[in-house]
Amino acid sequence: MLEDFISQFWPSTIDGLALGAIYALVALGYTMVYGVLRLINFAHAEIFMVGSFAALGTVQVLGVSNVGGLALIGVVALMAVVAGAVASGGAMLLELVAYRPLRKKGASRLAALISAIGASIFLQQLFATIVIPWVFGTSKEGGRLPLDEHFVSRTNVIDVGPVQVSNDKLIIFIGAILMMIALDQFVNRTRLGRGIRSTAQDPETAVLMGVNIDRVVSATFAVGGAMAGVAAALYFLRFEQAWYFMGFLLGIKAFTAAVLGGIGNIRGALVGGFALGLFEMYGSSLFGSQWRDVVAFSVLILVLMFRPTGILGESLQQARA
Amino acid sequence: MMRVTGAVAMSAVLALGAVACGGDDGGSGGGDGNSVTIGFMGDLTGENSGLVIPPKQGAQLAIEQYNAKNPKVKINFKTYDSQGKPEQATTLVQGAIKNDKIVALIGPAFSGESQSTGPILEEAKVPSVSPSATNITLAQKGWKYWHRVVADDSVQAEGAAQFIVDGAKAKKVFTVHDNQDYGKGLADAIAKAVQAKGAQTQTDAVDDKATDYSSTVNKINQFAPDVVYYGGYYSVAGRLFKQLRESGYKGKLMSGDGSVATGLIDGAGEQNAQGVLLSCGCIIDPTGKSSQTAAQFATAYKQRFGTDVAIYSAEGYDAATALIKAVEAGNTEPEKINEFLKTVSFDGAGKKIQFAENGSLATKDIFIYEVKDRTIPLLGNSAEAKPSS
Repeated sequence: MLEDFISQFWPSTIDGLALGAIYALVALGYTMVYGVLRLINFAHAEIFMVGSFAALGTVQVLGVSNVGGLALIGVVALMAVVAGAVASGGAMLLELVAYRPLRKKGASRLAALISAIGASIFLQQLFATIVIPWVFGTSKEGGRLPLDEHFVSRTNVIDVGPVQVSNDKLIIFIGAILMMIALDQFVNRTRLGRGIRSTAQDPETAVLMGVNIDRVVSATFAVGGAMAGVAAALYFLRFEQAWYFMGFLLGIKAFTAAVLGGIGNIRGALVGGFALGLFEMYGSSLFGSQWRDVVAFSVLILVLMFRPTGILGESLQQARA
Repeated sequence: MMRVTGAVAMSAVLALGAVACGGDDGGSGGGDGNSVTIGFMGDLTGENSGLVIPPKQGAQLAIEQYNAKNPKVKINFKTYDSQGKPEQATTLVQGAIKNDKIVALIGPAFSGESQSTGPILEEAKVPSVSPSATNITLAQKGWKYWHRVVADDSVQAEGAAQFIVDGAKAKKVFTVHDNQDYGKGLADAIAKAVQAKGAQTQTDAVDDKATDYSSTVNKINQFAPDVVYYGGYYSVAGRLFKQLRESGYKGKLMSGDGSVATGLIDGAGEQNAQGVLLSCGCIIDPTGKSSQTAAQFATAYKQRFGTDVAIYSAEGYDAATALIKAVEAGNTEPEKINEFLKTVSFDGAGKKIQFAENGSLATKDIFIYEVKDRTIPLLGNSAEAKPSS
């Protein structure tokens, strides 16, 4: 057991960081929407799924295979832009259709929660039955669409400890960090970012001060969606697969990461994502992969017992992102 | 394969459908002297239908060939789509017996639906022959009207283990499963069987809803086995094999009957799937290299349906043939057909068909397949086959 842990330590760490980077990016969407609206946007997982199909579509349109080196970075950047834009648009549309009407009528938060779950199931089935067969041709294996060819040529680029890190994992890690720095700057330095922070702090006062709440909420969804889209592009880079149900498990994990780090806290999502990714991998190497989720959720419960607001606590309000 | 519910149900239905042969002859289908109805039940439209449509076509072909000979008693073929769901199969089988008056059922295709329809068929005294239900416990229920033309999972484990240790010369074997009845049962049985032959083993489980299997991949690479055997269905096998190959794993990859589908090649990617080995109690022989009957069947099948024979087509054909032989011998009552099945013995399109006391196949052949390009050709019987690389 312990020997397994020690001998698998380095590969587990690298895979944990690559997975954690994805969790963190998706967690940002949960955490920002929660910070502004006090709403758990369960349909966020499906925004990630939409992003994956956008990434798949990009690669199919480009028609590339076995890309490596600098060209791969270009392809990934393009995928990320397309997936980010599509997911961002999808998230704004989702807010417009599923949440805004409820908000305008002053519906309870529970109603919005049910609306979120409904939107989530709706989007899954929409993709399974209509979008995938129409846009991508006949669906294979119940809506799962693997690429027939590999578009990534995987090579090992650097050594960390005794293991080599492949180019795709390195791109995921660096790409995710860059996105998080960009988001941090956006929230802290721009006018719209200030609007988001002020709304999170005190929506009523923000309105009195002239903040356009609808615009702020829309922007929050757009930014969160873009993060999920980029995460989807990076995930697609690694696994080269997209299917209508793929957001489900990943969404739950990313939400967990958001809670672990402190929901409503942007830097918390980062910490929570990496922590969860590493815990899963270390837990699997210690106890076997069937215990992966058990370990991850046990850690979550332990953390919440001693720090009910998560590792960093809830603090979108307290401004420093 | 135990494919939780589908495989068994399908066979039972097939048998039933033929007798009942629906629609046109309404209530009188079963016994007007000139025709009988045999049913076919299984997942014909659901997500695992890829494993059930081939045996349905095999059975259909057998019955069409028989009817074309203008026999004294014609056979009507009626299909029942259970979607592999036990509760749906239960309702359908009752209707098949009562309304369509089937004299026998081919199916149900999967093991789960077979579990639930077995008692009903038993009570109605209607015989069934499944082309694909492989769960071990089905043969242990003491059912007198239940049969199958495929080896069960324990036989498959023995055959696969023999191939892994003797054919592929493996000393270290890593088994992975999806934590479900079929996959875990098969993977554990294989681990036990290869251990008995002196191989070292390690095991791990994956979540069939997840995409990322990197922790399992790390464990496998650390153990550095000669063979990785995955017990479960093809979509997970595809993802796992892809990630394993891309992590630099160079040993052999193998899975069971639940993965004998081109979906495996789609999931893993054609390049990664090359040389993947598969064990199955089924025989899929599109070039007819195993026997004369197989060659004739493969040609006729391709002519009729425009596709090569696939998983369980031969089993569907053989299940139907067993029932046709019973009708040919002048048996038009379910009870008489069942008695005839106890003594039936012939060389089918796949293998020798002869039932043991408990309804399972008397012969215990397991076949090994090896992925080549986008096809899954037969490598040979597990006792003799050698991997090509």
